[in-house]
Amino acid sequence: MDKTINQKAWFLVLPVFLVVAFSAVLPLMTVVNYSMQDTFGNNQFFWNGVGWFKELLDPSTDLGGRFLASLGRNLFFSAVILAIEVPLGIIVALSMPREGWSVAACLVILALPLLIPWNVVGTIWQIFGRPDIGLLGYVLNHLGLNYNYVSNEVDAWVTVIVMDVWHWTSLVALLCYAGLKSIPDAYYQAAQIDGASRWAVFKAIQLPKMNRVLLIAVLLRFMDSFMIYTEPFVVTGGGPGNSTTFVSIELVKIALGQFDLGKAAALSLVYNLIILIVCWVFYTVMVNAGSERPAKEGAA
Amino acid sequence: MARIDLVDLAHSYGGNDAPQESFALKPVTMTWRQGGAYALLGPSGCGKTTLLNLISGIVTPSRGKILFDGRDITPLSTQKRNIAQVFQFPVIYDTMTVGQNLAFPLKNRGVAKAEVDARVRQIADLLDLTPYLKRKATRLTADAKQKISLGRGLVRSDVAAVLFDEPLTVIDPELKWQLRSKLKALHRELDLTMIYVTHDQTEALTFADTVVVMHDGRVVQSGTPAELFDKPAHTFVGYFIGSPGMNIVPAEVRGHEARVDGHVIGLHRNYGVLPAGKKIEIGVRPEFVDVAPPASGLLSATIERIDDLGRIQFARVRVGDTKFAARVPPGFSVSGNTAGLIFNPAHVHVYADSHLVEGVA
Repeated sequence: MDKTINQKAWFLVLPVFLVVAFSAVLPLMTVVNYSMQDTFGNNQFFWNGVGWFKELLDPSTDLGGRFLASLGRNLFFSAVILAIEVPLGIIVALSMPREGWSVAACLVILALPLLIPWNVVGTIWQIFGRPDIGLLGYVLNHLGLNYNYVSNEVDAWVTVIVMDVWHWTSLVALLCYAGLKSIPDAYYQAAQIDGASRWAVFKAIQLPKMNRVLLIAVLLRFMDSFMIYTEPFVVTGGGPGNSTTFVSIELVKIALGQFDLGKAAALSLVYNLIILIVCWVFYTVMVNAGSERPAKEGAA
Repeated sequence: MARIDLVDLAHSYGGNDAPQESFALKPVTMTWRQGGAYALLGPSGCGKTTLLNLISGIVTPSRGKILFDGRDITPLSTQKRNIAQVFQFPVIYDTMTVGQNLAFPLKNRGVAKAEVDARVRQIADLLDLTPYLKRKATRLTADAKQKISLGRGLVRSDVAAVLFDEPLTVIDPELKWQLRSKLKALHRELDLTMIYVTHDQTEALTFADTVVVMHDGRVVQSGTPAELFDKPAHTFVGYFIGSPGMNIVPAEVRGHEARVDGHVIGLHRNYGVLPAGKKIEIGVRPEFVDVAPPASGLLSATIERIDDLGRIQFARVRVGDTKFAARVPPGFSVSGNTAGLIFNPAHVHVYADSHLVEGVA
């Protein structure tokens, strides 16, 4: 085969190289550079090698302790969020009307929380939950529940989780609704004729057809909840104590509070890597879950 | 298995108060016998799918009743009606294997496992699906998927009827023939009442022993393929069935004679004097009109073109303003562009306002 050699092609890909270099590679390499050094201000840097990374993974050091504790909290938070929002989103989507004016009404109402900026959501819930002037906090305390998210760890967690559910379940519901809408009527009619129960219809038709959108929903919700910063920061400021300090909050404290750029850079690299790995695992598992294994196919 | 009676059945998507002319299905009363193979034939929008959905219970009729073996099932839901239906596009339960798909309707009704297995194996055998039984149904070709849908329709032995809603639309022409003859064979084997909706006359005529022709929400004729061909009860049946369709020509009819364009065509029966004010037409299939050299005793026509269908040739001609199709007899070679038409009087029918008029022998 004759290979055409045309060096002009390099010029054609050059713009992409430049854009990627300036938007991704250079900033990332800056972070990598910082992560290998230590600074005491005045723009003076000292080589530290992989020292920060070693510390990060060692719970006995200050940095490692804080990182691993907040990572644990973050993973727990994401797990709870997914466990609540995905089933709830599916239920909401299933109970939404299929036609008529009420569809539009439902969609608008569901979309509302998604349109509110994060820090506004935080502020809304911070006030909503206050025992003195907040509707929720006041009513709960009036009912005899000693609810106070500022001083009680459990209350703080409940508030942050309920707030996230309020804010983001709509996203899961809307995605699932889109998936449900794409199922042709013939499927439901066939299931009716086949005598399928409501549960069988869900299992045999609706869930498989929602597979793809659920994958997207789970990925989006995981990434978002794992990177959550603004809302808990506004509501609890990471407290009481460190009880709602997530990795991102810790990161900002180290980078901007203490101005430890080296530690912060190392932390953000590891943080980024964890998100990538978890998403990859989710994606692989969910994509392969629905398809048959080549080995089985061969046997059939 | 059941006899199906439709009693004054009608449906309007605009509600019962809508004017009757707008009804998707105008009132119809007919009986379908147990074990028969029926086809509902008509162009898109003629109400055939509506009628099918009324029987399966997906749509509730605006008026009238449906009886299975004399029992009124109109208010019953689809699940309780004991009906199987196959849709235009294959419906497959993605997460299940082919075997599980076939077993689904039985399992939902709590049939014992041994019986389910036996029945699934029998149906898979009939449809040549046995090698795929353990495979996931998602990755199969469209026609294999449609076979699974067919199988799910046929797997229950106790159904009152199996309904098919243009099930071969998505299938390649060559496989269509195979599946159609397969269905015919299944019908003989399983002794089920089958109702088949289609707009394809070949499909309807090859599948069914009784074809119900629908037009504009009305059943215009119900009969065997031969009846529909030989004696269309309505001009619509005449030109919708047959290729090319029946010639329909305005005429004056009196006694044993029809007058077209000043020319007299003899009729087999005596029609006396037909009521005035009605639109009188005669209908004759192209197969029963022969082209001949022009002669004084023949209706003369202008030849526009000849369609060669292989085994048979049809001449497209014009009589006055009316288009006509006529058979070119074997060995006849057309010369010039005028010809005479020879009618077979036994097959010339008379229509008043589109409906067949029975003459007196």
